[in-house]
Amino acid sequence: MYLEDTIAAIATPVGCGGIGIIRVSGSDASIIASSVFVKQGNGGLDSHRFYYGRIVDPLDGSLIDEGMAVLMSAPRSYTREDVLELHCHGGYLIVQRVLDACLRAGARLSEAGEFTRRAFLNGRIDLCQAESIIDLINSRTDMSLAFAQSQREGLLSARLKEITDSLRNALALIEAFIDFPEEDLDETALNRIDSLVQSAHNSLGELLESFAHGKVIRDGISVLLAGKPNVGKSSLLNALTLEQRAIVSHIPGTTRDVIEEIINIDGLPVRIIDSAGIRESRDEIEQEGIRRSLEKLALADLVLFLVDGSAPLDTNDRDLLQAISGKQFVTVVNKSDLPSVVGDNELPGQTEIVHISSKIGSGIDQLRNVIFKKFVSDGVMSSRDHVAVTTVRHRDILVRALAGLAGFCSRLSSGVSGELLAIDLRDSLSAIGEITGETTPDTILDIIFSSFCIGK
Amino acid sequence: MHSYDTIYDVIVVGAGHAGCEAALAAARMGCSTLMLTINLDAIALMSCNPAIGGLAKGHLVKEIDALGGEMARNIDATGIQFRVLNTRKGPAVRASRAQADKQLYRLRMKRVLEQQDNLHLKQGEVTALYREGDELKGVDTRSGIRFMGRTVIVTTGTFMRGLIHIGLTNYPGGRAGDLPSVGLSDQFRTLGFEVGRLKTGTPARLDSRTIDFTRLETQHGDNPPQPFSYSTERITMRQVPCHIAYTNPRSHEIIRSGLDRSPLYSGVIEGVGPRYCPSIEDKVVRFPDKERHQTFIEPEGLETVEVYPSGMSTSLPIDIQIPFYRSMEGLERVEIMRPAYAIEYDYVDPIQLHATLETKLIRNLYHAGQINGTSGYEEAAGQGLMAGINAALRVQGNPPLVLDRSEAYIGVMIDDLVTLGTKEPYRMFTSRAEYRLLLREDNADLRLREKGHSIGLVPEELYVGFLRKQEMILAEQMRIAQTRLSLNEQEMAFLEEHDLADIQRGTSLEQLLKRPEITYAELSLFDDVSRETRTDVREQVEIQIKYHGYIERQKEQIERARGLEHARLPEELDYFSINGLTTEVREKMQRYRPDTLGQASRIPGVTPAAISVISIALKANSWKTLKGCE
Repeated sequence: MYLEDTIAAIATPVGCGGIGIIRVSGSDASIIASSVFVKQGNGGLDSHRFYYGRIVDPLDGSLIDEGMAVLMSAPRSYTREDVLELHCHGGYLIVQRVLDACLRAGARLSEAGEFTRRAFLNGRIDLCQAESIIDLINSRTDMSLAFAQSQREGLLSARLKEITDSLRNALALIEAFIDFPEEDLDETALNRIDSLVQSAHNSLGELLESFAHGKVIRDGISVLLAGKPNVGKSSLLNALTLEQRAIVSHIPGTTRDVIEEIINIDGLPVRIIDSAGIRESRDEIEQEGIRRSLEKLALADLVLFLVDGSAPLDTNDRDLLQAISGKQFVTVVNKSDLPSVVGDNELPGQTEIVHISSKIGSGIDQLRNVIFKKFVSDGVMSSRDHVAVTTVRHRDILVRALAGLAGFCSRLSSGVSGELLAIDLRDSLSAIGEITGETTPDTILDIIFSSFCIGK
Repeated sequence: MHSYDTIYDVIVVGAGHAGCEAALAAARMGCSTLMLTINLDAIALMSCNPAIGGLAKGHLVKEIDALGGEMARNIDATGIQFRVLNTRKGPAVRASRAQADKQLYRLRMKRVLEQQDNLHLKQGEVTALYREGDELKGVDTRSGIRFMGRTVIVTTGTFMRGLIHIGLTNYPGGRAGDLPSVGLSDQFRTLGFEVGRLKTGTPARLDSRTIDFTRLETQHGDNPPQPFSYSTERITMRQVPCHIAYTNPRSHEIIRSGLDRSPLYSGVIEGVGPRYCPSIEDKVVRFPDKERHQTFIEPEGLETVEVYPSGMSTSLPIDIQIPFYRSMEGLERVEIMRPAYAIEYDYVDPIQLHATLETKLIRNLYHAGQINGTSGYEEAAGQGLMAGINAALRVQGNPPLVLDRSEAYIGVMIDDLVTLGTKEPYRMFTSRAEYRLLLREDNADLRLREKGHSIGLVPEELYVGFLRKQEMILAEQMRIAQTRLSLNEQEMAFLEEHDLADIQRGTSLEQLLKRPEITYAELSLFDDVSRETRTDVREQVEIQIKYHGYIERQKEQIERARGLEHARLPEELDYFSINGLTTEVREKMQRYRPDTLGQASRIPGVTPAAISVISIALKANSWKTLKGCE
């Protein structure tokens, strides 16, 4: 157990609520505070006082969010250790980034129930309290097994299983030649080690990339709202999120930047991206917005092709349809509260058509349902591309695993002996095992005995 | 039942490789010890292959030696071919192996036992443990004598309800030519032990006069042969080669033609066999594409014509065995002297043991060797030694000796067994040891001598020699760290040749040796003193430096795990009463009943979160007890 080090975790439920709280506990809490939080004015943080300031990346000082911080010096804190709380905006992404900043500043991601354990061990709470909190943690874990989550994690585990299978096969080869020098083993099998580890290395790299670039659903399946200006994209975003976030006006081109919002559809996190209306424009700022939209278009998992049902289709609509023709999309006919002039036969026939009115809120539930079904059918997520590393913890682990493999590859090429190579592989495997919950040496023996004829 | 008038400190049931080490350890530690065996002529008999050591097994033998056991010295005195395996790989995975003269091996061991003070050898089949109430008091034998003892170590090998199979013929036996042990395992069942069934097999013994060795490959041992024991100066036995033969497609055809009469494939055998030691029919069935299987023809001794074809065990009927062995090149005329057979036997799931090898159900009862589901002489000997030590420590009222996974292969093996149990015959592999780089053959003495000495197993003169070696290693490490290079022209040229041109004047010998391009032997070019260094000292200095980074990494891992390994779980802990554990974890903990949190963490399905919850509950328990408010 690591009772002395400093741990960090997100203290608020993920993905909901207006405020996210990241809690840090341990002797380094105040050091971490000084590297991730820049308060207004001079001086450090006094204990038990709330400060307003900027939460920044400890490495390059770049802004993550504006927020509040409070430092509670031991023993007057939840764990009786020094505790730092950072309060930031409640979006899924921002909270993860703030946590990430704390980890980079030297904290370790806490294990389940670790804050409570410390509180208990330090005599802050009694056993009854500790137990009831642990129950709560466990019930939350049960909830986390709820549908969408389990699908995502199931897919991640499936990818990790492919990776660990490759690594285990490579390790089994190495171990077989260590433990059975007197067997008549086929030495050409050793040539497979390199390619097995390389493929695992590449897959791990891809997974990590999925975290870094958000290609996949770290922060939701990405759904792009595309439509010509003033067709009602921002209103639709608001209707989907039930919150006035995008600036809504009837002046075409109001949305100049890309706005993202995470929504939850029956447990499936969906990142809705509102984009600048795509049209020919001479306004430079707006052009930049359009450029970004087109970039986002390439990365989106699903496009909502939005048309105005109260006005005839024009060339802007058709150009846009052209632009998204290679993507998976749903046609959304907005303004169904007004008399319709666009017939379904004028719209692309290969996908669903949903009639909505973001103004009066009709058809929104149906649209949510259609989006959900696009990704989940018969309880299985449809695309392999949607596997993603979604948490900082997983990313940390995979970074460690990848480092082990990089070490392995360089040592393999410099001709290092098998028992040393095995250490790198085992480190990587046991790291991944922290996500999947498995790694026993016996599985290696299973592979050896099933792939080699061993026995004297 | 006639009660014998002596009360022994330790009674050892069985005189195989586990029993011998157990009895010697207990007697050497000063306990009055009785060894009971079904057959006094079969002490330390090698029932299967005539060899000691091999990967991970050689490690076990050296550890046994370091602790003060006998196996290493016994093979050194009776070995007829010695080889170090994996010499092309690093020191951690090099291992010693030796062919034994099977008869000399058992005779020498018998002599050592007979000459040991405090040790009595008697022939007798133990049929039951004798208990008064719940307390273990001794053992009953078939001949009607009851022996009283404070502790009992059971090492029954393959003898409990042993059943020998040759084709569809089967008959009770503990080993070909010996009676089985009947009654004991039934009593174990009645007492609540989980008793299972395992299977193993052995090849035919062949008449070497009917083998054409000129058509086989010859494999010689190392010259000079390297001994196992730290106390053996050199090997004096005459050394002989082994030979290599191969099966061919026709051999496999013959095997297939007999599968319908295989007890294994017709379902007669219910016991689970070892995957790493499959019978030839297993190999042929599981790897149909493999065109040939290798066999080492190993001599059974210097004075016998019997030879052992390794890896060619079978339970097929004799009329298949004969043409099968004769199908191999060079063996066309071979005569079988003893047929191959499979044997099924009872074992007691070792999950029911503490790490001391004492059973959890019955105090003062210890199990060691194949009864715990292991296979192999070395595995048996390692357990026997630890059971003997712990029984003796119990009698003396001293704390037990448990070796950690980071200290010894013996520790890894016993922890695996008692933590996870086993469903197939368990054999040691280096891959089972997570701290493999630290657990080397070459440093077994550095790891374990001290322990062996402190419990009174390592005699003073050996211990003094060990201390001397330890000092010399330290001194040499200091010396090369402080000695700096002056570099004359010849030395510079050498460095350049070896891609070491960046090494400068004033660099220490240690720094130089850290470079992979150079070995300790090459230091002599720069340094006269190193030429004088003793081989075993130089080996340690070199390994410590070459493996330094890895060794440090493993030591860190050990440090991190230490907290868990030392957190003991009380026997009475009720996992169903701990809030926050999943049902799966509760059931596993209740079933496996690990002694420490470290063991618990190795049980598949027991998650890190569960370990946290249990450790909280542990603190709470001790806290409650302290406050007296249970």
